[in-house]
Amino acid sequence: MSLPALNEFKASPFGTETTVADILETFEFLDDWEERYSYIIDLGKSLPAFPESEKQEKNYVHGCQSQVWLIHQVDPDDGKIYLMIDSDAIIVKGLAAVVLTILNAKTSAEIMATDIESLFDKLDLIRHISATRGNGLRAMIELIKAIAAEN
Amino acid sequence: MSTTTAFDIDSIRSDFDILDQNINGKPLVYLDSAASAQKPNQVLDAINHYYRHDNANVHRGAHTLGDRATADFESARDCVREYINAASRKEIIWTKGTTEAINLIANGLSQSLAPGDEIIVSRMEHHANIVPWQMAAERTGAVIRVWDINAAGELCLDQLQDLLNEKTKILAITHVSNVLGTINPVKDIVKQAKAAGVISVIDGAQAVPHFQVDVQALDCDFYVFSSHKLFGPTGIGVVYGKEKRLEALPPYQGGGEMIERVSFEGTTYNELPYKFEAGTPAISEAVGLKAAIEYLGNIDRAAMEAHEQGLYQLALARVSEVPGMRLIGTAQHKVPVMSFLIEGLHPSDIGTLLDQQGIAIRTGHHCAMPLMQHYDVPGTARASFAFYNTEADVNRLFDGLIKIQKMFV
Ligand SMILES: Cc1ncc(COP(=O)(O)O)c(C=O)c1O
Repeated sequence: MSLPALNEFKASPFGTETTVADILETFEFLDDWEERYSYIIDLGKSLPAFPESEKQEKNYVHGCQSQVWLIHQVDPDDGKIYLMIDSDAIIVKGLAAVVLTILNAKTSAEIMATDIESLFDKLDLIRHISATRGNGLRAMIELIKAIAAEN
Repeated sequence: MSTTTAFDIDSIRSDFDILDQNINGKPLVYLDSAASAQKPNQVLDAINHYYRHDNANVHRGAHTLGDRATADFESARDCVREYINAASRKEIIWTKGTTEAINLIANGLSQSLAPGDEIIVSRMEHHANIVPWQMAAERTGAVIRVWDINAAGELCLDQLQDLLNEKTKILAITHVSNVLGTINPVKDIVKQAKAAGVISVIDGAQAVPHFQVDVQALDCDFYVFSSHKLFGPTGIGVVYGKEKRLEALPPYQGGGEMIERVSFEGTTYNELPYKFEAGTPAISEAVGLKAAIEYLGNIDRAAMEAHEQGLYQLALARVSEVPGMRLIGTAQHKVPVMSFLIEGLHPSDIGTLLDQQGIAIRTGHHCAMPLMQHYDVPGTARASFAFYNTEADVNRLFDGLIKIQKMFV
């Protein structure tokens, strides 16, 4: 079984077309939790389809209440890391879309230099990556950093 | 003796300061008491008073504070004995909680297990009443036999006679399921176990917060529970064991308090209940637990149960208002615990979005993975009600669920 081609990874809009600035701007217009989370749910629904064949133990992100899978490919030309994530919980998917907007299609050095905590803080989503939440966002971010460290 | 007063929900809520706060800008609705219950101010005051006035180590006997602490601590044991109607205070052993209680029993009983011996546990058990038995089985070559449940989440009672045989040594089941809310007919089950010469171990963690338990009437060999689910502090729990069973059990941990005499030629153990209580115990926690039990003693228990059942009936009546809502656990006899799923939503989605509305529930596998496998679900959302919850709490939950469900369509 092989990973999807690099092109398929590159088709994801998160971190390329959709930027952190876009999300920050959208969040500014949403004034209550319902609107914010409806937006997160929409983000989750718009994540590119994750190949079912890759939903296996080696791609499983442990430490989550929901099931989370993560795969990646590195572009040999520029060293950028491309990620795909899926979860059976939609809010986790939506938060993964936020994570991808911040970290997808970046070089290892760019990922290492990103202060994801402060971005989540700005979005008022910091609780979701705190150590006390068992939803796996934190484990997901740690894994991406580990991938960056290896590449 | 305490005086019993009528069930007055407003006065009860005024005893729980913690319930009177906003979470995410909305008044807190706490529906996670099955995970850990809130403590009335009387419990907090008792702990505070203990540390301000009486604190010292127990059973040392050299000074007045030590005497007071020992008296407080031992009177808590008497209080628990009376609460569950044990025959003797020697039958009440302090542990850290239900988990340690079952480990103590499983560890002790494993000394008399031989390869091929059988231990019956049910499919609805909490991991705390599975893993210690698996560990005992691994050490001894004993075998775990699983007692099945039906679709409603009730034990298949007609299976028990088939499960019991001459190899069966232990039957470990829960009095009340933490996921399903099912109240198991423990008295009848124990009777059958006893007739087959089988030792019965009952996990009462989810039973004692909801109704009065009488261990002599149940006639079980062991009964265990945690203080923190019984409106008392964390860090303390109880093993009740029939005196002759406890006498036969070897000590669990070694150290101070549990010995009579120590020398390098040989050590003799203290008598019951101290034989199982190595080291300085959880003294203030025992004081707090006593205050919790006394608090419950001042409430009309029948009215309290009626109030809880009323909340559950109201919840049941509103289920059909939430499209795609499905209940897990529809036993005839239940405590007010409601596990559910909503089509298209992961339990963690439900938990996150209820929290945004100030409503605390539990989501996940509830430390009962075999039960999740049985229902083929990744987990459930669980709302658990206690006597301090109100009809308004139930309505907030359902209004919240309706709102969430709409966000997903
Ligand atoms: C039925 C049941 N048994 C055992 C336990 C474990 O209790 P504790 O964590 O207090 O040791 C729980 C707690 O969730 C429970 O619900």
